[in-house]
Amino acid sequence: MITYVIRRLIWAIPFLFAASLVAFALITLPPGDYVTTMAQTLAESGDQVDQARLAALRARYGLDQPLIVQYFMWIGGVLQGDFGMSFEWNQPVADLIWERLGLSFILEFSTLIFAWGVALPIGVYSAVRKYSVGDYVASVLGFLGLALPNFLIALVLMYIAVVHFGTDVTGLFSPQYRDAPWSWAKFTNLLAHLWIPVIILGTSTTASLIRIMRANLLDELSKPYVVTARAKGLSEWKLILKYPVRLALNPFVSTIGWAFPQLISGAVITAYVLSLPTAGPLMLQALLAQDMYLAGAFILLLCCFSIVGMLISDILLALVDPRIRFR
Amino acid sequence: MNTLVDPRAIAMNPDAQASQWKLTWRAFRKHKLALASLVIVVLFYLIGAFAEFVAPFDPESTSSRNIYHPPQGIHLIDWGEDGSWAIRPYVQGMTIKRDPISLSATYEPDPNRKIYLSLFGQGQPYTMWGLIQSDRHLLTSADLDEAFFLLGTDRLGRDVLSRTIHGARISMSIGLMGVTLSLLIGVFLGGVSGYYGGTIDMVVQRVVELILSLPTIPIWLGLSAALPQDWSPLTRYFAITVILSLVGWTELARVVRGRFLSLRMEDFVIAARLDGGSQGRVIFRHMLPSMASHIIASVTLAIPAMIIAETALSFIGLGLTPPIISWGVLLKEAQNIRSIAQAPWLFAPGVAVCIAVLAFNFLGDGLRDAADPYTNERH
Repeated sequence: MITYVIRRLIWAIPFLFAASLVAFALITLPPGDYVTTMAQTLAESGDQVDQARLAALRARYGLDQPLIVQYFMWIGGVLQGDFGMSFEWNQPVADLIWERLGLSFILEFSTLIFAWGVALPIGVYSAVRKYSVGDYVASVLGFLGLALPNFLIALVLMYIAVVHFGTDVTGLFSPQYRDAPWSWAKFTNLLAHLWIPVIILGTSTTASLIRIMRANLLDELSKPYVVTARAKGLSEWKLILKYPVRLALNPFVSTIGWAFPQLISGAVITAYVLSLPTAGPLMLQALLAQDMYLAGAFILLLCCFSIVGMLISDILLALVDPRIRFR
Repeated sequence: MNTLVDPRAIAMNPDAQASQWKLTWRAFRKHKLALASLVIVVLFYLIGAFAEFVAPFDPESTSSRNIYHPPQGIHLIDWGEDGSWAIRPYVQGMTIKRDPISLSATYEPDPNRKIYLSLFGQGQPYTMWGLIQSDRHLLTSADLDEAFFLLGTDRLGRDVLSRTIHGARISMSIGLMGVTLSLLIGVFLGGVSGYYGGTIDMVVQRVVELILSLPTIPIWLGLSAALPQDWSPLTRYFAITVILSLVGWTELARVVRGRFLSLRMEDFVIAARLDGGSQGRVIFRHMLPSMASHIIASVTLAIPAMIIAETALSFIGLGLTPPIISWGVLLKEAQNIRSIAQAPWLFAPGVAVCIAVLAFNFLGDGLRDAADPYTNERH
C-alpha cells in the first residue's frame, strides 16, 4: 500500500509541473507584459512615466529575460510562496488569494459530500426498484440536472428568491460578517448561506453519480452470488447493502477524480453569478483586467487542487479495492 | 414495374441482407425519445440556418417605445362584437403606462387594439447568408407599423424571440464546429495511440489524463482572456471554437483509442493486413467504418457540452461579444437581478439552451444504444 501511494505521489509531480507550464503560458499569452500595462495606466491617468523605474521593475520581475528564465523565476517564487504582484490591487498576490481559495475549497468539498450523500441512496433505490415510479422520477430529475447549466439554475433560483420570497441569495455571509474576523458566529453564518450554492453546484455531479450508481448496481444485482445469498435466506436489504452495493461503490470512488475538476470548473461560474467571495469571481476579474500574476496564481492553484483531488481518489480506490494495489 | 417487397417479411427476418447502417437505424427507431429529439435537433438547425426568415424582426432593430415590453400570447380565434367568430390569429395590443412618481413603465393590454398576424407576410427586408434578398418572414403583423413581441423585448426594445432565433445559428453551429475540430484531433491522436500502441500510446494517454485532470473552465477563461481585444467578431468566433475544441477532444480520443484497441486483433482486420492492404487502407477502409456509429454517438454527446461551454463563456463576457448574437451573449442581459425581476422573459434563450442540450443528450443516448446493433439483438 505504501509503495503504491509513493508511486502515485511521484506520478503527480510531472502533472503538477505540466499544470505550472499551462498556468505560465496563460500568464504570458496576452500581448504586452505587466510593466507595459502599468506604464499605460500611469500614462492614461496623466502621471509621469519614469523610464528608469520601469526598467527597474522589468529587471526585478525578470521581464527582460527570455521566457524560460522568466518561468523559472516565477515558479521559484511560487515555491517560496511569492506569486508576484497584483497590478490591479497593488498588493502581493499571495495576500489576496488564500482566504478565497479556502472558501472555494470548503464550497467544493461540501458539494462533493452533498453529491455523494444524495446520489448513493437514490442510486441504490433506483436500481433495486427498477422501473418504479421513484426510479422514473429520479431519472427525469437526473436528466434535468445534467442538462441544465449551473449558472442558469443559479439565475432562476435568484429570480424565485427575489420575486417570491423577497430575499437575496447571493454571497456567503450576511453583511455584518463580511469583513469580520473568523469566529463561531461567522462560521454558522457561512453554513446558513452555503447550502444554496452547494445545491446549485451539486446538481450535475449528483445526477451523473446517480446514473453511475444505478448502472453499476444493476450489473451486480443480476450476478449469481446475489441469487445464492438470497436463496440462503439473507434479509433483502442486508444482502443488497452488504455485497452488491459495496462492489458497485468502486467506480463510485474513482469518480472523485473526474468530479473534482468539474466541480472546480462549475464553481467559477456559479460563484460569479451568486457573487460568492471565492476564487472564481476574483480570477475572472483578474483575467478581464489582464492582471496576469493574480489570474495565473488562481489557475495554477485550481489546477493543483484538481490534481490533488485525483491523487486522493486514486489512493482511496486502492484502499477500497486491493486488486489495484498489486497491479 | 417494381415488385414490392412485403415490409413484414423484412421485419420478421433480420437476415444477413441488412447492412450495419440498416440495423443501427432499426435499433435507433425503437427509442421514441431519441427519435423525437432527432426531430427537435434538426428543427433547431433549420431555424438557425433560416434565422432571418423565421425571425419576425431584425434582431438589431431597437425601439425606444417598447423597452421591456412583456410577451404577448397569440389568440387564434377572433371573436367579433356581435358574437361571430373567425380563425384569424392576433395578439392583444398593449399600451404603456408611466408611474408618475417612479417613472417606471408598465404595459397594460388594450382590449381595443388587435394586431393581426399573417404567415409569410412582408416585413423588414433582410439579406440571408449575404445572398438572398427578401422581406418575407414566417410570421409578420398584417399592419407593417404594428410590432408584436411573442417573447417580449429587452432593455433596448429589441425582440427577444428574433434574437433567440438568431442566437440558435451561432450557438448550434459553434457546437457542431467545435466538435468537428475535436473530432479531427481526437480521431488522429486516438487512432495513432490505439493503432500503434507502445510509447506513442503512453505519451498520448498521459496528455489526455493531464487535460482531464485540469479544471476546464479556468483554462478556457485564461485562453479566451488572452485573445486580442481588437479581433473582428468572426475571428473571435473561430478562435473561441478552437479554444473549446483544444480542451474538448480528450473524450473522443479515448473512445477512438478504445475502439482501435479492440478492433486491432479482429479477424477481418488481420485478414486485411495479411492480404497486403496498406496501413492507410486498413485504417480508413476497414477500421474506421466499423467504428463510425460509435464515433457519431460520442460526437452527439459532445455537442451539448460545447454548447454549454460557449454559453457559459459568453455569459461571463469572455466568449463571444456583441454584435454576435449567441444564447450566452443574450443571457448576459439576464445577469443582474434587477433586469430579471423586471423582465423574466429574458430567460428565453436559457430555455432554448436547455431544450437543445436535453435533445442532444437523448439523441446521443439513443445512438449509443443503437451503435452496436449486433450486441443489441441479444436483449
